[in-house]
Amino acid sequence: MTVHAVMATAGPRLRLKPALSRAGLCWLLALLLVIAALAALGSGAVVISAGQAVAIVADRLGIALPWPFGADQQAVLLAIRAPRLVLGLLVGGALAASGAAMQGLFRNPLADPALIGVSSGAALAAAAVIVLRDSLFGAVAGAFGAYLLPVAAIVGGFAVSWLVYRLADSGERLDVASLLLSGIAINALAGSATGLLVYLADDDQLRSLTFWSLGSLNGAGWDGVAIGAPFLLASLLLLPWLADALNALLLGEAEAGHLGFPVERIKTGVVALVALGVGAAVALSGVIGFIGLVVPHLLRLALGPDHRGLLPASALLGALLLICADYLARTLAAPAEIPIGIVTGLLGSPFFLWLLFRQKLMGH
Amino acid sequence: MKQTTSLSHKLAQAACAAVLWLSAVVPAAAGPGRIVSVGGALTEIVYALDGAEHLVGVDSTSLMPATAQALPQVGYMRTLSAEGVLSLRPDLLLASAHAGPPAVLEQLRAAGVRIETLAEDYSAAGIAAKIGAIAGLLDKPEQGRELAGQVQADFDRLAQWRAQSREQPKVLFLMAAAHGAPLASGRGTAADAVLALAGARNAAGELQGNKPIGTEAMIAAAPDVILLTDVVANAIGGLEAFYRQPGIAQTPAGRQRKVFVVDTLALLGFGLHSGQAVLELAKRLHDEPAVAADAGAGR
Repeated sequence: MTVHAVMATAGPRLRLKPALSRAGLCWLLALLLVIAALAALGSGAVVISAGQAVAIVADRLGIALPWPFGADQQAVLLAIRAPRLVLGLLVGGALAASGAAMQGLFRNPLADPALIGVSSGAALAAAAVIVLRDSLFGAVAGAFGAYLLPVAAIVGGFAVSWLVYRLADSGERLDVASLLLSGIAINALAGSATGLLVYLADDDQLRSLTFWSLGSLNGAGWDGVAIGAPFLLASLLLLPWLADALNALLLGEAEAGHLGFPVERIKTGVVALVALGVGAAVALSGVIGFIGLVVPHLLRLALGPDHRGLLPASALLGALLLICADYLARTLAAPAEIPIGIVTGLLGSPFFLWLLFRQKLMGH
Repeated sequence: MKQTTSLSHKLAQAACAAVLWLSAVVPAAAGPGRIVSVGGALTEIVYALDGAEHLVGVDSTSLMPATAQALPQVGYMRTLSAEGVLSLRPDLLLASAHAGPPAVLEQLRAAGVRIETLAEDYSAAGIAAKIGAIAGLLDKPEQGRELAGQVQADFDRLAQWRAQSREQPKVLFLMAAAHGAPLASGRGTAADAVLALAGARNAAGELQGNKPIGTEAMIAAAPDVILLTDVVANAIGGLEAFYRQPGIAQTPAGRQRKVFVVDTLALLGFGLHSGQAVLELAKRLHDEPAVAADAGAGR
């Protein structure tokens, strides 16, 4: 209770009354998410009516419904659209929840999951696979097939964020300021290593790299969902569980300790869960910008800084925004497709600017 | 009169029968069905073999012939979308080896689309192989042989011409030069293959792939001729602007004002017109227009 009393006076923006109750907003987002998910399932380059979509799913459950559908429609819905939707929900949710948790941990609204090096590590591993596939990964490539890239990217993301974490961890305590600095240094190092690979790449590899870095849910299948789901779900479900602790951390580490929270374990837990979620997200869908940064911001305006509302609402809104962006990516240029990172960037950046100027105008 | 009416009547009957027979047989006779072509050279070959009626979609690199651009676009060859391609209900995906991503090709295969991947090989034999494969798929082996023969004839003329030319000019091929360091084409690139075919030495032969080349390295490479793509020449603001760029005047090519603009699409695409395009380039490079070429072309 004390935590919330203090927070109510903690900053200028926090004085705003939440526009909506926490539960009300979460229900509203959940409802919108269900509607958007059904709309995403029912629309795309291949025409499948709502009735047919229902009939296809029912057919899988052994129920025959009076809407005839073709085998190709069934294949598109079950093998292409459905796994893509599931991946979009998980990735969007994990990115936004991770963003909210990082902003809490760093006590800075500009913190981004990329700070702990997980994105640059995954990008480095992906670049290594694309460029050195034949020379270095020849034997391994055969064993992993098409999954070499996501698996390597997950491993690379974890490895680099572990390195960032180890550099900041003195053994007794994890210094958040050191975490930020070692994150910046290691990000720059990983970026340069990726740049070296870009330099070595031939034209074909270069184009693959470019498109990977723009992000896309294109090509998502159930196998990819199966690889990523354990990590993404762990992040999505366990981060909201740390909400009380993140609230306490907003007061300062010593204060949170006095309130009885195991501060060191919580910081480690947040970093680990963010690495899990964002690592798997980047590995399976490339780099998708702005969800992790903008979504928690928007919700902090509506809900205030209480992580008990912020984390679940971020997961819901992140998932909602990503499947909407993916819907646009799939349909705007159909039968061609726009990389989703372009869509989120185009939607996200102007919104972010608007947010900044609005704060300025309000005399912040 | 009566005879003619009965004749025309018979003709009309025959035509009707033919139409009925065709409409019954053509779709049933397997054939290639509906084709989505991914790769500029492949689309061009389909058109040249009169297979255009089968095409239901092309990728963004399919710029020739111009009518191909009116077909539904499945986007850039490397970022195909499974659902987008499936929405065109293709029976066959004619794919360049560069087409992807692999996961999407896998999804298309799983959805029952036949995928024919054609290798990208920077040579006359590579073009002939593409023509042969597509002619086989379209069931037009005769036309395929004829077309491959034409392409081979272009390359034969080129080879004859090359056998007669004595000196091998040193040529630098720049893929980019407008923003930042110029990007030179080294070994393993289409440009490198073109230079070899045109009887020239690649001044950037020690580089692998397209790599940025420094001003000093460019001067040290001492190219006799520099080739710019049309896109690069436009981006720089014309040849005059290029001659003023640092270092260019210190190369033999810059001193003798031998910087040429080339049509990238025709030259580097390794499609139907590559033989002609390379021969034209070779003539320009060797600075001896009509004489040797005509002697070689005489047939």
